[in-house]
Amino acid sequence: MNEYLPLVSLWRLLAVLALVISPHVLRLPVWETALIAAVIGWRALAAYKQWRLPPVWLKLGLTALAFIGVLWSYQGRISGQNAGTALLCVMAALKLLEFRDRRDVMVVVFLMYFMLMTHFLFSQELWTVAYLIVCVVATTAVLVECQHRGALAPRFTLRKGGAIALQALPLMLLLFILFPRIPGPLWGLPADAGAARSGLSDRMAPGDISSLIESDETAFRVTFDGAVPPPAARYWRGPVFDNFDGRAWEEGFATLVPGYGPEVDLRGRPVRYEITLEPNRARWLFALDMPDESSIPEDAILGREGQLLARKLVRERRRYTLTSFTDYRMAQTPQHPRRYLRLPDGFNPRTLDFAQRLRDQYPQDLDYARAILRIFREQPYVYTLQPPALGRHSVDEFLFDTRRGFCEHYSSAFAVLMRAAGVPSRVVTGYQGGQLNEFGGYYVVRQSDAHAWVEIWVAPDGWIRIDPTAAVAPERIEQSIEAALSELEGLPGHLSARTRLRYYLEARWDLINAQWNGLVLAYGPELQQQFLSRFGLDDMRRMILTLTIAITGTLALLGLMLLRKAAPARTEDAALREWHRLARKLTRAGLPPRPAEGPQDYVERVAAARPSWAAALRHIAGLYLHSRYQLDPETAPLRELAHAVRSFRTS
Amino acid sequence: MTAPLHQALQKLDTIILGKPAQLRLAMTCLLARGHLLIEDIPGVGKTTLALALARVLGLDFQRVQFTSDLLPADILGVSVYESREATFRFHPGPIFSQLVLADEVNRASPKTQSALLEAMEERQVTVEGTTRRLPEPFFVIATQNPAQQIGTFPLPESQLDRFLMRVSLGYPPPEAERALLQERERRDLLAETPSVLAPAELLALQQQVQQVRTAPALIDYLMALIQRTRELPGLRQGLSPRAGLALRRAAQAWALIEGRGGVIPEDVQAVFVAVVNHRLVAAAEREGAAISAEEVLAEVAIP
Repeated sequence: MNEYLPLVSLWRLLAVLALVISPHVLRLPVWETALIAAVIGWRALAAYKQWRLPPVWLKLGLTALAFIGVLWSYQGRISGQNAGTALLCVMAALKLLEFRDRRDVMVVVFLMYFMLMTHFLFSQELWTVAYLIVCVVATTAVLVECQHRGALAPRFTLRKGGAIALQALPLMLLLFILFPRIPGPLWGLPADAGAARSGLSDRMAPGDISSLIESDETAFRVTFDGAVPPPAARYWRGPVFDNFDGRAWEEGFATLVPGYGPEVDLRGRPVRYEITLEPNRARWLFALDMPDESSIPEDAILGREGQLLARKLVRERRRYTLTSFTDYRMAQTPQHPRRYLRLPDGFNPRTLDFAQRLRDQYPQDLDYARAILRIFREQPYVYTLQPPALGRHSVDEFLFDTRRGFCEHYSSAFAVLMRAAGVPSRVVTGYQGGQLNEFGGYYVVRQSDAHAWVEIWVAPDGWIRIDPTAAVAPERIEQSIEAALSELEGLPGHLSARTRLRYYLEARWDLINAQWNGLVLAYGPELQQQFLSRFGLDDMRRMILTLTIAITGTLALLGLMLLRKAAPARTEDAALREWHRLARKLTRAGLPPRPAEGPQDYVERVAAARPSWAAALRHIAGLYLHSRYQLDPETAPLRELAHAVRSFRTS
Repeated sequence: MTAPLHQALQKLDTIILGKPAQLRLAMTCLLARGHLLIEDIPGVGKTTLALALARVLGLDFQRVQFTSDLLPADILGVSVYESREATFRFHPGPIFSQLVLADEVNRASPKTQSALLEAMEERQVTVEGTTRRLPEPFFVIATQNPAQQIGTFPLPESQLDRFLMRVSLGYPPPEAERALLQERERRDLLAETPSVLAPAELLALQQQVQQVRTAPALIDYLMALIQRTRELPGLRQGLSPRAGLALRRAAQAWALIEGRGGVIPEDVQAVFVAVVNHRLVAAAEREGAAISAEEVLAEVAIP
């Protein structure tokens, strides 16, 4: 049955098809994965056992069922990244049911190329690219094999496939650089693109941040320009919360007016740095401590509480530079002081009572704050990743019963204690610390570096930062989260002690990823414009024109290379070139060679017509014959020939 | 090494007047270890040419006049019972000479013709179970009269292939004819001509022919020529690989006479018609196509 494709080639095709679909398997509905596997398996067996292909009604029925199945699994949608991919995969597999000639084989091969591209809708990471390159080579090998009668050795087809993929490389680079990137939804991915990412949210309840510690995802990478602040000063400011509902902290009322940022008195040395932020599906842009409002990106706003926000959700990796100060005075009086004092009624009565009693001992705001920190430090409070569950009066239970908590417990309790004593306070979340990548010279801040701290308003200094976690676990702030938790049980794997080799591999891998992100994935509309305008290609039409010319040029060049390869390449061709040069000169002088005329005869004919050239021409002919027809094996007077031809003048 | 060749050619020019090209081809044919077929009317100097070659090159010479009753034994030789010694003794035929002139070869029966051609090809003769080698060098000049075909057995195509070259002498040009008529008998002149080459030297020259280089570019040209004969309209068969080899060897010999260490296209062109025409034209005649080697030569560009 397989005169169009040998059995072993068919099996190879099925294997490559499985290879191409397999990364989608986790994303596809279970029934679809099963159906695809069944069809591929049936096809492999059917070819071996010479079974007949299914009848038309069965094919149509299966196709319709698969279609309905996709609709059902994706809430009536067949477009969009997930549903569309599912439909493509199942239909490509069903195509195997009507495999009867070479054309069908080609259709499946081209569908495989198309399916390869859909993987980029889900992941653009480096390993995906590596996997897809392998797939491209394998698919091209199948394509090569399908073009032949009879099976070919995989060694040959894979080499050929690799060579073809390599030949596409220049074109790929050209397209990458020149293909117009238009900002906006036309080219952007649909809203459900990308895996769900963890990150800080706009709410902080007990357990929220400690769950973040489980993630080793990168939040952002920082490259400092100049001196790097010590770990204890590396507070990366994020969402600021002022509203406490008894359990969770939220952003109640944020003042977000462009140009109306915090009134700060910046001091000391500015710190310049560049942040490459991973997409967080929120508007937060993180900044070191207090950014200078004049340095923030154009599409960002610096809130009055010192939080930096983008105008739109950060869906794609973005890069921005900032200037920050770690030494500053935020002396503005709160516009609405009451919102920093508000506590919900009927929550945490023991805490309120305790705060009243303590406040009586310490009338000074700062003394009061220090006293609380001292309690945290001296009494048996424990910094742990696995605090016990808390009930309705979460702060009460934490402060007086469990005494085990993570940074959100300490900061929440501290802020409540301050408010209960009439000191304005707010919770700030963000990241703290960051690990140096020695190879790349940048700092990686991971989700596991997430942190929460408190700011209180004290006259006359204004808002000052107090980090209650530092009282319990100073290592967390001065070193890292790993140092603070190192002796604890159940630490996530990525935080456990690192061997030197592991550190080396991780740092290297992170650097490669960072470069991939910076050089390849970050190449969006802005970078393209910036890059191309350097070559005077700042408008779209010129870009498209250049693209067309470049592609045509590349194809023409490839074509010429193929032609050249087909022509015999011999050393005496150099002699022939010189001879043609001479013939052109003589042709211009009105004495063209005849096709079947030997060089000597030609020269003699010309010499008879123009006796003055005779000597030079005979000399050239002698050299040419020597070079091209090996009259003397010792000499190939190419250089002399070239010189003689060049210096020959017909005028 | 080629100086004696030129001397010999000069000598031959003084004997055979007005035919330098044919003389040169004959010499080329001899150097290339091939055999020569002269197709011509009687009396234009075929025998004189053969005699002159033998004389100048110092070869011993026999002439066989082919007639319809000529038997193979008349050429190859025969064993005769010697009653005195009571044994058979082999009396070698005229073929056991360095230069054999087979005159009007188409008059003999095919059986006799093939005996001659076999000897030419094999350079040895087997008579009554004993194989005897022919002398070296060994060169056959056969003549054919194309004008009188009645009662003849024209050489078949496959036999023609055994001849490296076919040339025609034709009438001498007027001034040569005048000189011919004014001067002495050519045969008398011949008797006084000394030989300029020893057979051993000739053998060495024959060896040297094979050392003449053929560059890839020249092989390209040969291939193009051969390929063209295979694509000619109206001709089912082009040149055989054997013909191709013959062409190459002839061109090498020509280049040697010219004093070159390698073959150039002009060498090929010089021998092409003589080597190819009888092979091509025979086929063309049979198939009713008018093809000449000159046309092929003119059509194929030198690559």
